[in-house]
Amino acid sequence: MGAMGGLMMKAIAHFIKSFTLWELLKGLSLTGKYFFSRKITVQYPEEKTPMSPRFRGLHAQRRYANGEERCIACKLCEAVCPALAITIDVAEREDGSRRTTRYDIDLFKCIYCGFCEEACPVDAIVETHIFEYHFEEKGEQIMTKDKLLEIGDKYETEIAANKAADAKYR
Amino acid sequence: MMIEFIPESLITFWNWLPVYIQIVAKIVLILVPLMLSVAYVTYAERKVIGAMQVRIGPNRVGFFGFRLWGLGQPIADALKLMMKEVILPTKANKFLFLTAPVLSIAPALAAWAVIPFDRGMALTEINAGLLYVLALTSIGVYGVIIAGWASNSKYAILSALRAGAQIVAYEIAMGFALVGVLMASGSLNLSDIVEAQAGGMGNWFVWPLLPLFFVYFISGVAETNRAPFDVAEGESEIVAGFHVEYSGMAFAIFFLAEYANIILISALTSLMFLGGWLSPFESMAFAQGSFLAETSMLWFFGKTAFFIFCFLWFRATFPRYRYDQIMRLGWKVFIPVTIVWIFVEAVMSVMQWGPWAV
Repeated sequence: MGAMGGLMMKAIAHFIKSFTLWELLKGLSLTGKYFFSRKITVQYPEEKTPMSPRFRGLHAQRRYANGEERCIACKLCEAVCPALAITIDVAEREDGSRRTTRYDIDLFKCIYCGFCEEACPVDAIVETHIFEYHFEEKGEQIMTKDKLLEIGDKYETEIAANKAADAKYR
Repeated sequence: MMIEFIPESLITFWNWLPVYIQIVAKIVLILVPLMLSVAYVTYAERKVIGAMQVRIGPNRVGFFGFRLWGLGQPIADALKLMMKEVILPTKANKFLFLTAPVLSIAPALAAWAVIPFDRGMALTEINAGLLYVLALTSIGVYGVIIAGWASNSKYAILSALRAGAQIVAYEIAMGFALVGVLMASGSLNLSDIVEAQAGGMGNWFVWPLLPLFFVYFISGVAETNRAPFDVAEGESEIVAGFHVEYSGMAFAIFFLAEYANIILISALTSLMFLGGWLSPFESMAFAQGSFLAETSMLWFFGKTAFFIFCFLWFRATFPRYRYDQIMRLGWKVFIPVTIVWIFVEAVMSVMQWGPWAV
């Protein structure tokens, strides 16, 4: 009889609870509270989220301080690239050093994994913070050596700062 | 009443106009602000739901280079939809396919003919106003059913079935809730129903008819196919339901109808249960002599806006009901509740309690 009574009480409690719309009101009060809360939207073009020094965006090739390009055409990046996005041709320069004659990255193939950057023994190929870029004609997605070096020249201070910030974890 | 603010010459000019022009002018005066409100309810919906999800909502489109919190958004949306092509599915029934949106918006707009905005401010004062409103809100479902059938699409027909069953279920509860209002006011005329609630907040029908108020408003949410009763749209199951095949302006008209119905249900709820244009502080000592005690259209608009906000609030809060739960709620909860409460009302009126006190 006691068990029956308990069940009865439970059923009555459930009945009252559902007819006073208790759970619905609880839900409404929760959304009502959030209605007045501070909004967390980041309004993108004006505001931006902070970025890690390890962010992997558009590629660049760096130079030494004396203007000599870093890349020694070892082809480690080409070998490690999981998407086969990098194509390198090599030749000997007049001064006898080993240099690339062609260094193309196909950005449609690239998955921005950053392996090329990790593989590079001379920190020549890097990925920058640039992520807002587009192509207007086909063929533009191939980043040639000239384009990569140009980006590297333009953003050298930023790239160096990011490398320095991350150096102690490498 | 706002008549005293209108210059004499304008009134003379108005009286000089032929009756049919007066009526057309009145219709335009009701429909244009209504359409604008419909547009801005869509904006309010996005803003309110955004705020409840800790977002900002649309805030980019403004006027003349000013952003104005995104107030240009509904205009931009409307223009976009007008520019788009109305695609007719090859195997659709062309005539019915194009009739359906009209069938769904026409009742939503026509019902405004009997809505009184203030004392004596209605397009027509008909003594069967409540019946007229009940009839028109029920016709709206034909638009949905015909759209579902004429599209010749499986999702659309499923949605039409769901909408049909749901609206039949909730129509009955809604009708019974209105019977309660009818018993309390003794009139089918909406203006008389409001006047029967005169005398401040305590005399509103919402108190003696509290269960009927909830049943009516929740059935209203179900009638308009709004969340949490939006199985007819059910994005996650049947894409967009009855309007999957619609695009451009044909789709926009369904959208307009949905929002016009929201405003209509909100307006009716405030008329029948919250005393429409009557002030809540009518008979209270502190409000005497100030604008707070006066009857005004603004009270009506405020109450309506509150219910519209509730519609948006519900959508931000509740997950969609399962189909069988909707049926259970309609047939096994709402209809018994309303019938029981009508008996309670009958007892109250015999004992002369509440609104029946002499």
